[in-house]
Order: sequence, then C-alpha cells, then structure tokens
Amino acid sequence: MLTVLLILIPFIAGLIAFGLKGSGPKVLGMIASLASVATAIGTVCTLHADPKKLSFVTNWIPQLGSQFRVGLDGMGTMLCLLTAIAFLLVFITIYNRDIERPNSFYGLMLLSQAGLVGVFTAFDALQFYVFWELALIPVYFLCSMWGGEKRIPVTFKFFVYTFLGSLLMLVGIIYLYFQTPDHSFSWTSFTSLQLSMGDQKWLFWLFFVAFAIKMPVFPFHTWQPDTYEQSPTPVTMILSGVMVKMGLFGVLRWLVPVLPEGAAMWTDVAIVLSIIGIIYASCIAMVQSDLKRLIAYSSIAHIGLMSAAIFAHNEQGTQGVLLQMFNHGINIIGLWIIVEVIQNRLGVKNMDQMGGIARKAPRMAIFLVIISLANIGLPLTNGFIGEFLMFSGLFQYNHWFMAFAGLGIILAAVYTLNMIQKVIFGEGNTLTDTTTDLQPGETVALSLVVIMIFVLGVYPQPMLDLVSKVF
Amino acid sequence: MNALISTALSGVVLMFVGLFVRNKQHIKFYAIAAIIISFIANLALYPTVQLGSYIQFGMIEVSKFSVLFNAVALGATLIYFLLSGKEFEKVGEHVGDYFALIFFILAGITLASSFSNLLMLFLAIEIMSIPQYVLAGADRKSLKSNEASLKYFLMGAFSTGILLMGITLIYGAAGTFNIAELGLGADPVHPLALCGIILMAFALAFKVSAVPFHFWTPDVYDGSPTVFTSFMATVVKAGGFVAFLRMFHVAFAGGAVSHHWTLILSIITAATLILGNFSAVFQQSVKRMLAYSSIAQAGFMLFAVIAVNQFATQGIILYAAAYSLATIGVFAVLMKLKDYTFEGFNGLARKQPLLALATTIFLFSLAGIPVTAGFFAKYFVLSAAIQHGHLLWLVIVGVLCAAISVYYYFRVIMAMYFKQGDPEVEPISGGFRAALVLTIILVLVLGLCPSLLIGWL
Repeated sequence: MLTVLLILIPFIAGLIAFGLKGSGPKVLGMIASLASVATAIGTVCTLHADPKKLSFVTNWIPQLGSQFRVGLDGMGTMLCLLTAIAFLLVFITIYNRDIERPNSFYGLMLLSQAGLVGVFTAFDALQFYVFWELALIPVYFLCSMWGGEKRIPVTFKFFVYTFLGSLLMLVGIIYLYFQTPDHSFSWTSFTSLQLSMGDQKWLFWLFFVAFAIKMPVFPFHTWQPDTYEQSPTPVTMILSGVMVKMGLFGVLRWLVPVLPEGAAMWTDVAIVLSIIGIIYASCIAMVQSDLKRLIAYSSIAHIGLMSAAIFAHNEQGTQGVLLQMFNHGINIIGLWIIVEVIQNRLGVKNMDQMGGIARKAPRMAIFLVIISLANIGLPLTNGFIGEFLMFSGLFQYNHWFMAFAGLGIILAAVYTLNMIQKVIFGEGNTLTDTTTDLQPGETVALSLVVIMIFVLGVYPQPMLDLVSKVF
Repeated sequence: MNALISTALSGVVLMFVGLFVRNKQHIKFYAIAAIIISFIANLALYPTVQLGSYIQFGMIEVSKFSVLFNAVALGATLIYFLLSGKEFEKVGEHVGDYFALIFFILAGITLASSFSNLLMLFLAIEIMSIPQYVLAGADRKSLKSNEASLKYFLMGAFSTGILLMGITLIYGAAGTFNIAELGLGADPVHPLALCGIILMAFALAFKVSAVPFHFWTPDVYDGSPTVFTSFMATVVKAGGFVAFLRMFHVAFAGGAVSHHWTLILSIITAATLILGNFSAVFQQSVKRMLAYSSIAQAGFMLFAVIAVNQFATQGIILYAAAYSLATIGVFAVLMKLKDYTFEGFNGLARKQPLLALATTIFLFSLAGIPVTAGFFAKYFVLSAAIQHGHLLWLVIVGVLCAAISVYYYFRVIMAMYFKQGDPEVEPISGGFRAALVLTIILVLVLGLCPSLLIGWL
C-alpha cells in the first residue's frame, strides 16, 4: 500500500493545489513533499523488512489482460526516494520566490511527481507507458508557461521528440504483448518471453530509441540543452535530476531483462554512441559561456557514462550506474539550486558577466565548489564511488571503451574548474557587487545536498545494499 | 431495428414539429427528447442479442456490435445536440428541418451498422449521404456553402454510382445479395468479384474521405455551416466506417480474396495518414485543420478495416466514440469564437479557463495521449494491425504520423495557454458549461477504463 501512497500523495495534492490561492499552494507543496519523503523512507525500511508488502495488484482492463500492478525493488525504491528528495529540495529552494500563478505551478509540479513515481513503480507494461506519458505532460506545460523567451518552440521540440520515442515503444509493447502466452502486460510475463534473435534485433531499437531520447544519448540529445536553458530552473532541476533517470530506468527494468539477446547484440553500438556523447558534450561544455547550457552539456556527458556502463552488462557496471543515478540526481540538483540563486540575484546566466561572487557571497561559493567537485567525482564525495564502479565495469568489458570514456573525466575537470573560476573568483563588476548571500531556505536545501554528498561519499554501503535488492 | 424505426419516425415527427412550433428553442428540446428515446429504444434490444445475433427479414442483422455502435452514434449525437443545438438557429429559418435531416442520417447509420444484404448497404449509404448534401448547403446566402453542397453532391453521386457498379459485379459473381453467403474466398478468385470488391472499396473510401478520394473533404467541411461540419466529420464518418468494416469483415475476409484487397487498402491507409497529417500542418484556419485532421484520423480507422480481428471491431467502436466526442467538443468551442484562425485562440485560457481546458483535453484525445479516450482508441487499432502480422510497416507509418499530428493539435493549445491575446467569445450559458463538463468526463472515463464501453461487446 505504501507504494500506491507514493503515487497518490502528490497526485491528490496536485489536484487540490490548482484550487488554492495565495500562499496555499506552496504550503501544500511543502507538506506533500515532506509526506512523500517520509513515505519513501518508509518504503526503504519495508523493503529491508518485508519486500512483498510493497506490491499491489488490482484489475484495470480485464479485456486486455492489463492490471494496475505496482511494486518496488531496490532500484525502484532508490528512484522513488530520489524523486521525493528532489521535489523537497526544489520546493525548499523556491519557497520564498514569487511565482506567477502559483496554484498552477505547484499543481503541475506535483502531478509530474506522481507521474514519475508511477513510472518507477510500474510492473505492467501498459501502465508503465501511461505513466511515462503522464510525467511528460505537466512538464510540457511547466516549461512552456514559466520558461525563457524561446520557451514555446523549444519545449515543443522536446515534447515531439519524446512523444515520438514513446510511440515507438508502444508499438514494441503491443508486439511483445501478442507474444506472451497468457496475453498479459505484466513484467514477469514479458521477462519470461523466449523471443527469437530476429525479433529481438529490431525490437531493441523500438525501445532503445524511446529511452535514448529521454536520457539523452547522442544523437538523440538535441532537444536537451535548449530545453534545460529555456525551462524555469525549478523544472530544470526535475528534468535533469529525475526525469532523465526514466530513460536509464527503462533500459534497466524493461530493455535488458526483456530483450537480453537484442541488448547483447547491439551493445557495442550503444556504448559507442554513449561514448561519442560523453566526449562531444564535454567538448561543447568547455566552450559554453552560458551557465545553464554548460550544466546541460555536462549532464549529457554524465548520462552517457551511465548508459555505457549499463551496456557493459556486468555486476560492477550496473551497481555503479544504480548508485550514480541517485548521486547524479542529488549533485545536479545542487548545482541547479546555485544557478537558480545566481539567476535570482543577478538576472543573468552568462558567465562572462559574473565573477567575484566569492567575496560577496562566501557561503554560496563554498557550496558551489563542493557540489562541483562532487559532480566530477572527487574521492570522498558521492560521485567517486559510482564513477569508479562504472569505469571498472566498462574496463572489464573492453578497456578501449573505458579509456575513451575516461577522457570525459579529464574534460569534466576542465570545464568545471573553469566554471568555478569564472563565476566566483576574479574581479567583480557592478552587477555582481549587488549579490547577497544565501537565504535560510536556500542554505537548508544546499546543506542537505552537501550532507548527502559527504555521507554517501564516505559510507556508500547502505545505498549499495539498497540498490542491490532485485525483484 | 428499434433504433432504425425510432430515428426514422423522429425525423418525420420533427419535420412536422418545425411546421407547428414557432419557438426555435423548443424544437431543440423535442430533438433532444427524440434522441434520448431512440437511445433507450436501441439499448432495449441489448438483452435480446446477448446470446447471439439474429437476422430480421433477411436484410438486417441485429447483433451486439450493431446495438453498441448505434448506442455510440446516438450518444455522440445527444452530446452534439447538447453542445451545439443552439447553433442550429443561426444557420437559417428551418430549424426543424435541420434536426429532421440529422435524424434521417442517423437512420442511415443504424442501417449501416446492421445490414446483412448488399441492397441495405446501398440504402444505408444513400440515406446517410442525401441529407448531408442538403445540410452542406443549408446556409443559402453563403456562396461557399452553396459551392460545398454542389461539389459534395456531384462527387457523392458519382461515387454512389461506382458503389452500385461494384455491387452489381459482386452479384454477378456470387449470385446473391446476402453478404454472409457471398463465398468469394475460393481460389482462384472470380475476376468479376475482384473488380466488384475494388470498386466498392473505392466508393466506400470516398465516403470516409480516404486519400486519394478525399479532395471534396476540405472544401465541403470548410464551406458547410460549422455546426453541420461538426456532425458530418464525426458521427457520419464513423457511420461510413462501420459500413466499410462490416462489408469487408463479413463478406470479403478470409481465403485468397483478402490478400488482394489488403494491399490496396494498406496503400490507401498509408496515403491517407501521410497526406492528411502533412496537409493539416500547413493550415491557417482551425476549421480547415480539423477537416484535414478528420482525414488523418480516417487513416487510423482504416487500420480496423484492414485487420480482421476482435481488436479491430472493438477498436472501431472505441475509435468512433473517442473521435466523435473529441471532435464535436472542439467544434463546439470553435463555434463560440469569432475568429477561426489559430490566432483566434490566443489567450483563451485566461479569458475562459473551462473552454481552454476542455479543448486541451479533446485535443489530447485526438492526439492519442494517455488517460484520454483517444489513447485507447489508437491503442486498439494499432493492436489490431500488429496482431494481423503483416502490417508492421503500416503501424510504423501510423505512429510517425501520430507524432506529426501533435504538431497541429498542439498549435491550438499553445495559442490558448502560452500566447497573449484577447479572443472574442460569445456568451457561454450554464447549460453549455454543463454539457462540456459531461463530455470531458466521458473522454477521461473512457481513457481510464475503456472496458466500460468495449465490455459490452
């Protein structure tokens, strides 16, 4: 029941939020996200004690053999926890901001949370598809209504890209449905299918394109930098912290278990695409002067490494990916919080106009340095252990791949340090002299991020235990 | 059978009501009462078909499918009357006649869903078409409306001739008009039968505006009074499809003969999808966009005709319901606006949040986004095609086109929500709001639980 509650809390709160006025929506958002975090922690405890309690099945469309079937394993629990924490961090950060039409904003945010949790808990393919789309719609409206100047065409491109991908996936799902002996959409029937090599060969692409667009993997990434740049920063946090994990989750939960031979057959192609993505995105990130675009490209690089490690098909790589999914989410949200603060204070996102913030806002500068270093995977931060495991997984598969992917780390250090230097050090200007330091809400959010960075960096074992629980 | 009698009688009654009742408002209530009576009369047959279908007079087959489809058509018409009944008064003086013509069309549709004889098919198609020619020209002062009517009549009469020719050839090959006994499946296929099937396929493709027989559609839909376009593009089109589906599923399926028409219809389907969607992208007027979108949606409904299986019959009913509800809803909102271009929708969300929300949900349904009826409608027809086994290429074309359709449907949503403007909106009555909310609920309920509808089958 806890699992259903995880979906219902944000869903109902979201619907209520549309009808509230004044500061009602943000208070409700805060309450709902706190309740979600509490429930998510509850599911972690239940998973250790009695995992069966987390499953819930009821009839949905009997004619089709589709059921409403939710459940949680280690990966799902971790992602639900990440989702809950991400929304809490976002809501804390923007608590004191003036948002136009707050009722719609919070309503849509909470609905997208419900959709995301639905994706992570679905064990029925049709239900998975429905939630996959549902998570997208509120985000489309959020980006188009509160985003930057070019928001309408950019968000539309994003929508059409992902919609096309998911339609292809739908074709794949229906095809698999007809192959199941009992005509069912359940995950267990899908994974126990014995498909011929010929089928797996092309079915792989129907699913992979959908997931690759969402992650995004080169060459399906072109929507991503524009969307991250044009979206309102709170939404970008959700997009980059949680939504991209839908793609990785899809590969891990549906693609590899259902089409193992197809995945094995196309492994090299998928890894090469991912590695091209890493290097390409890192190179572009180095020459970006727009802070939001820089982080967007760095995110492509990080996701590329995770997707490469998934396709390495070994224990260490997968463990690393699972761990890194959580840590990347936390780190990138931390970075976006700082971008949000800078944008709020200065009103610009071009790094050439910044500088000297360290003198005016020392606390913010410290947080930025810590989170950036965690993002490039310095030892003792949470990013390290995940990257280490992924690289060793990739090394076991093929050391050339690992060598090229490793270039990404060096390049990441280059653009990240460059960014730190441009933003917080150097001479100030008339604009940056007006900066004020963090407000209490922002400090709380960033402190939570930094605490998680260090705790998981020094002692990642609990998280590793959690994600290694398979269904 | 009940539906046929009640709709035909209602048509006659309404014609006389138009003579004796001066108040136009009242005529609308008579029409609504008549459609509700027909709806109930139709459902009253359901218990008798639960065990199986039966044939009356060797002409009409009463089955679960026909009863359910009639219920969908009559229900959609009820929604249409509730939402747009008021607009009838604006077209011209003879409101009673317009309602009567709508009921005659419905009589044709009920026949189309249950014919078991080629003669009845011909009658069904004609009864559906002739009132439409009149309705298209109902706005006598408008040149465009006159043009639409004439164009439709000439082209329609021509295609009816082709249909008749097809029927004749099939009769020549089979020696019977009874569609269950045609027995055309034997190998080698009789050349007369093959010609007949192809001619019938073309004529029916004309009626449902499939490419390359679609040229009348944009002009007729654009020229006719909007309130009638709304009906012609939805319920009538669904009626055309059900005739198409029955003809091909019952008479022409199975055996060697189906290989011959599957390829032709597949090509027609692909062309319909591609041309309909690409043309809709370039429209400047929402009304014309909806005309092309109706062509594009016809492409998806053709999936159900080609794939002969359980999913297809369920799919056509669901598709008819989903597509009719959504399109009737969008047209109802469109008629409240002064400006039919995309810019005319700018800023509607601020001014009329309910209208904007309703339009958004209807457009989601047309685009096939989950939790709206349109998603499961697309789902079922795609499933039907995938189960068929040899149509995967068509399915891929279909989903690519569905992605294109998002472009023009979302243009309206973008205009309403993300652009500034002050659209001129006619005053909205409480009754209209209530009907709109009812339609939204129906679209969402069918999107969550399609079994509520197809469970009857």
